[in-house]
Amino acid sequence: MHDILSLAADNLLSPMILCFALGLFAALARSELTVPEAAAKALSIYLLFAIGFKGGVAVADHGVDGRLISALLAGVVLSFALPFVAFGLLRGMTRLSITDAAAVAAHYGSISIVTFVTAASVLTSQGIASEGYMVAVAAAMEAPAIISALWLVSRAGSGAQRMDADLWREILLNGSIVLLVGSFVIGIVTGQDGMVRIESFIVSPFQGVLCLFLLDMGLVAGRGLRTSRGVLTLGAVAFGFVMPVVGALIGLAAGLLLGLSTGGVALMMVLAASASYIAVPAAMRVALPEANPSVYLTLSLGVTFPFNLTLGIPAYVAIAQAVTGG
Amino acid sequence: MQTHIAKRVEIIIEAPMQGRLTDALTRAGVTGYTVLPVLGGSGRSGEWTREGQVGRGGMVAVVCLIRAERLDMLLDAAFAVVERHIGVVSVTECEVLRAERF
Repeated sequence: MHDILSLAADNLLSPMILCFALGLFAALARSELTVPEAAAKALSIYLLFAIGFKGGVAVADHGVDGRLISALLAGVVLSFALPFVAFGLLRGMTRLSITDAAAVAAHYGSISIVTFVTAASVLTSQGIASEGYMVAVAAAMEAPAIISALWLVSRAGSGAQRMDADLWREILLNGSIVLLVGSFVIGIVTGQDGMVRIESFIVSPFQGVLCLFLLDMGLVAGRGLRTSRGVLTLGAVAFGFVMPVVGALIGLAAGLLLGLSTGGVALMMVLAASASYIAVPAAMRVALPEANPSVYLTLSLGVTFPFNLTLGIPAYVAIAQAVTGG
Repeated sequence: MQTHIAKRVEIIIEAPMQGRLTDALTRAGVTGYTVLPVLGGSGRSGEWTREGQVGRGGMVAVVCLIRAERLDMLLDAAFAVVERHIGVVSVTECEVLRAERF
C-alpha cells in the first residue's frame, strides 16, 4: 500500500500530470487558454509515431515470439468482451437507455492511447521494462469493442446502423491505428539503425510533447465537464470510477495468463482500464447517432481519463509489481 | 452585371458524416459544393468547440448553390443522410453570376 501511495505521489507531481491539471483548471476557470486544433493534431501525430516506432524497435531488438500473437489475440478478445461487462454494470448502476449504455460500453472496451503513452512513460521513468509489442496490442484493441456495442443495440431491437463497408473502413483504418501500426512496422524494419537516425527527435522531446498534449487533454476534459454539468447521474459517475478498476483486474488476469513481464502486465491493465475518446466517439456518431455524445465523452474523458492518469496508473503499476514480483 | 436567382443550401452536420453526405449529394447529381470548418457552437446536444480536438469530432458546414428546380432532389438526398444526426439544414435565396454553372 505504501508503494502504491508513494508511486501515486510521484506520478501526481510529474510534469505530465501537472500539465493535465493546469489544463483542467484553466478550462474550469474559463481561462482563454486554448491549444489550436491543428497543433493538438500535430502533437498527437508525434506521440503516436514515437510510441509506435519505439515499440517496433523493441520488437526488432528482442525478436518476435509466440507471446506477441497470443497478446494480440488476448487484446482483441478483451476488447470484444469488456463492453459486455461495462454494459451490465451500466444497466445495473444507471438509468441510461440501451443505446446510450451500449455507446458508453464501446468506449470502455476500446482504449485510450494517451493513457497508454503516459503509462509507458511512467514505466520508463521507473526503469520497468515492458514488451515493445504492447503498442500493437493497443492498436488491436481499438476497434472490436465497437462491434460488440452495435451487437448489443441490435439485439435489443434499437436502431443501430448496419455495418457497411464505409464504416468498416473508417473503424479499421482510422488515422491513429494506421499511424500506430505503420510506425510500429517501420520500427521493426529499421531497428536500432533507424532509431539512431531519429533518436534525437523521438526520444528526448517525447516527455515535453506529452506535457503539452496532456495540457490540451486537460483543457478538453475541463470544457467537457463544464458544459455537460448535470448530464451524468451519480451512478454514471460511479461507473466511470468502477469500470476502469474492473477492467484493470481483467487485464491483470490476461497479462498473468500470457506470462507478460511486470511492465507488460501493467500496460495490459492500463489498456483494459482505459476508455477511448478519439476513435470510438466518431464511430458512434455514425453508427449510433441517437446515443448522447455528452454522456460517453464526459464519462470517458472527464471521469475515467483523469482517474487513470492520476491514481489508476500508479496503482496498476504497483499491483503488477506486487503480483509479478518485479 | 447580370445575376440569377439560385438557392443556397447550408447543411451543418457532424464531421464523421461529411463523406457520406457529400457522396449522397454527388450521387444525386449535385455538381459542386463547398465544405467549411465550423469553429464551435451550441444546440440541443450542448455546447462544443473545435479547439484542441484531435479526433474527427465537431461539425462541418456543407454549402451548395443550386437552381431552384433542383432543390427538392438535393434536399431528399441530404435528408436521407442527416435525418438521424445532429445538425441544421437551411435554405436561403441568393443571386449568382454565371447561372450555367449551377
